Amino acid sequence: MSFLTISALRKSFGANTVVKEFDLGVQKGEFISLLGPSGCGKTTVLRMVAGFETPSAGRIHIDGQDVTALRPNQRNIGMVFQAYALFPNLSVAENVAFGLRAARVPKPQIAARVAEMLELIGLPDLGGRYPFQLSGGQQQRIALARALAVQPRVLLLDEPLSALDAKIRVSLRTEIREIQRRLGITTIFVTHDQEEALSMSDRVVVMNGGIAEQVGAPFEIYNQPATRFVAGFVGTLNTLQATVADAQTGTLSLDGQHVRLGRALKVPAGSAVSVALRPEAVRLGRAEGLDVVLKARIDEVNFLGSVIRIRADMGVGKVSLDTFNRADAPPPPVGSEAEVSFAARDAIVLDH
Amino acid sequence: MTRRFPILPTLIVLAGAAYFLVPLYAAFQFSLQMKRGELSFEAYRSVFESSTFLSTLTFSTVASAAAIFFGAVLVVPTAYWVRLKLPKLRPVVEFLSLLPLIIPPVVLVFGHIRLFGSNSILPLTMSSWGTNILLVIGYVVLSMPYMFRAVDNGMASIDIATLTEAAESLGASRLRTIIDVIFPNVRSAIVSGAFLTFSISLGEFVLASLLNRPAFGPYMVQLGQDYAYQPAALAIMSFALTWILMALMQMAATRKPGQRLFRPSRSLAASKSQ
Ligand SMILES: Nc1ncnc2c1ncn2[C@@H]1O[C@H](COP(=O)(O)OP(=O)(O)O)[C@@H](O)[C@H]1O
Ligand SMILES: [Mg+2]
Repeated sequence: MSFLTISALRKSFGANTVVKEFDLGVQKGEFISLLGPSGCGKTTVLRMVAGFETPSAGRIHIDGQDVTALRPNQRNIGMVFQAYALFPNLSVAENVAFGLRAARVPKPQIAARVAEMLELIGLPDLGGRYPFQLSGGQQQRIALARALAVQPRVLLLDEPLSALDAKIRVSLRTEIREIQRRLGITTIFVTHDQEEALSMSDRVVVMNGGIAEQVGAPFEIYNQPATRFVAGFVGTLNTLQATVADAQTGTLSLDGQHVRLGRALKVPAGSAVSVALRPEAVRLGRAEGLDVVLKARIDEVNFLGSVIRIRADMGVGKVSLDTFNRADAPPPPVGSEAEVSFAARDAIVLDH
Repeated sequence: MTRRFPILPTLIVLAGAAYFLVPLYAAFQFSLQMKRGELSFEAYRSVFESSTFLSTLTFSTVASAAAIFFGAVLVVPTAYWVRLKLPKLRPVVEFLSLLPLIIPPVVLVFGHIRLFGSNSILPLTMSSWGTNILLVIGYVVLSMPYMFRAVDNGMASIDIATLTEAAESLGASRLRTIIDVIFPNVRSAIVSGAFLTFSISLGEFVLASLLNRPAFGPYMVQLGQDYAYQPAALAIMSFALTWILMALMQMAATRKPGQRLFRPSRSLAASKSQ
């Protein structure tokens, strides 16, 4: 049984249904990301869990308790907002103490807890400051401490890093994840940044148009995308056009060559399919174990430093591929002919 | 590079300043001439000696303070609720709050007298405390345009929706949210609304006179009819009072969180000594 269970959740604003039949089970202590493009309903799902929006249908259970009808202040949930939302009139310490005071915790305990939380986020000396005296990164860490101070059952974060500089964004990622691990708190993290979702989460929920398209570990989501949308939204994707030669043995016809995937296909022979390849699965030239070799023309060469990103046109589709820079092997010139290879088992067949 | 002295703008500023300051100075000088042949504060002394002056000023101060209190208690939750839950109704509420500027106070007070007169269900005008209540309600209404605007602008400058959600997710009730989060963050707006309310109701004449209250406004008018020098002294004093209020308003409006008006806050001082 999951610690947090969302079942058949739906939300409509007037005639506009923005969350449809959303199901999710979150284990205790798990870090889950909701990933998807802007407007796909991530925030709405999070706000229903927090109690700020009332679901049109469906139920939400936390630790076995049905919280669907509870008000936000009865749910014991910690929330971190994109815009920090610290109380401007209160000092840092008073901000962190806010939830404890609302819960009528005795004063000495509040002081101890506040000190502990400020220590946890690495800002033990800022208790007397006011929000307007802090940087964005500091404010967001205080907001995290404030949300965690009341020992919530679930921590919800809505794009907490989006308003920050790139550098702080990356360092706070690690910091949030570390604190989450240390406290073992069940967490839902909303983001539109796939790198954030993949690098931080135990599991990722990829959302599109109010629907959870795929739920899985980052490794799974990236390597075995369930739908074309997931494949396209998470990471760079190369798609090649192919036709099914034999569904039983999983053989495709690609540019006149037979490619044996080694797994049965659900689509009948003769139908057109798209074959997706991650940039790192494609190699320039031949290599051992890469059984599919195609002729290609080099369209673009981007020298990124340690990595060189090459775009090649293979007739059946264009691919991006990455090679490591080597001082003794300059990249091929643009417009030249080359061979490109990949392993048949790395090919992802996308349903139409 | 040398810049030419801006002659025309300077002249305009001087002319504008003279327009205000010359009559003020004339009144001031006149107020000092109560004793023939010498300048003295005799007129001021005479005003302060009058027990009516003190009693009417006290009465009006208390009535104004009550109007400020009830105005804030009425306006802050209303403006908050409208912004949070009924944003589409905001223009309507704003228009309603402006009505006292359009409808003359005479209409208001005759409405009061008819509605709460001797043969109504609630004959408030029959007792002095009842009439006092009507007066305070009238002041609340008169100050509504200023109070509502000040508070509503104050709320526009903070994200009250997100702050409310933050407070609620931390377990705070609606009441605690309003008292601990909303009120303090619009406090400077309330203070400026309060000073405006104060300056309107302290010398207000129409309501106080028609409700027959011993207020400062009617006293000033009476004084103006009966004496020569004292009204000038009163005018100068009320100017001074207004300016002091404006200065306080400015200080309240530009204050940072954690700062007190006149001394550093305890928490800031504590954090420095750590
Ligand atoms: N209070 C609301 N009233 C009407 N439409 C809303 C409201 N909140 C969100 N929406 C709509 O719901 C959709 C999903 O919004 P949201 O959950 O904020 O998306 P995301 O967080 O994934 O960017 C959007 O099209 C948005 O316009
Ligand atoms: Mg969002």
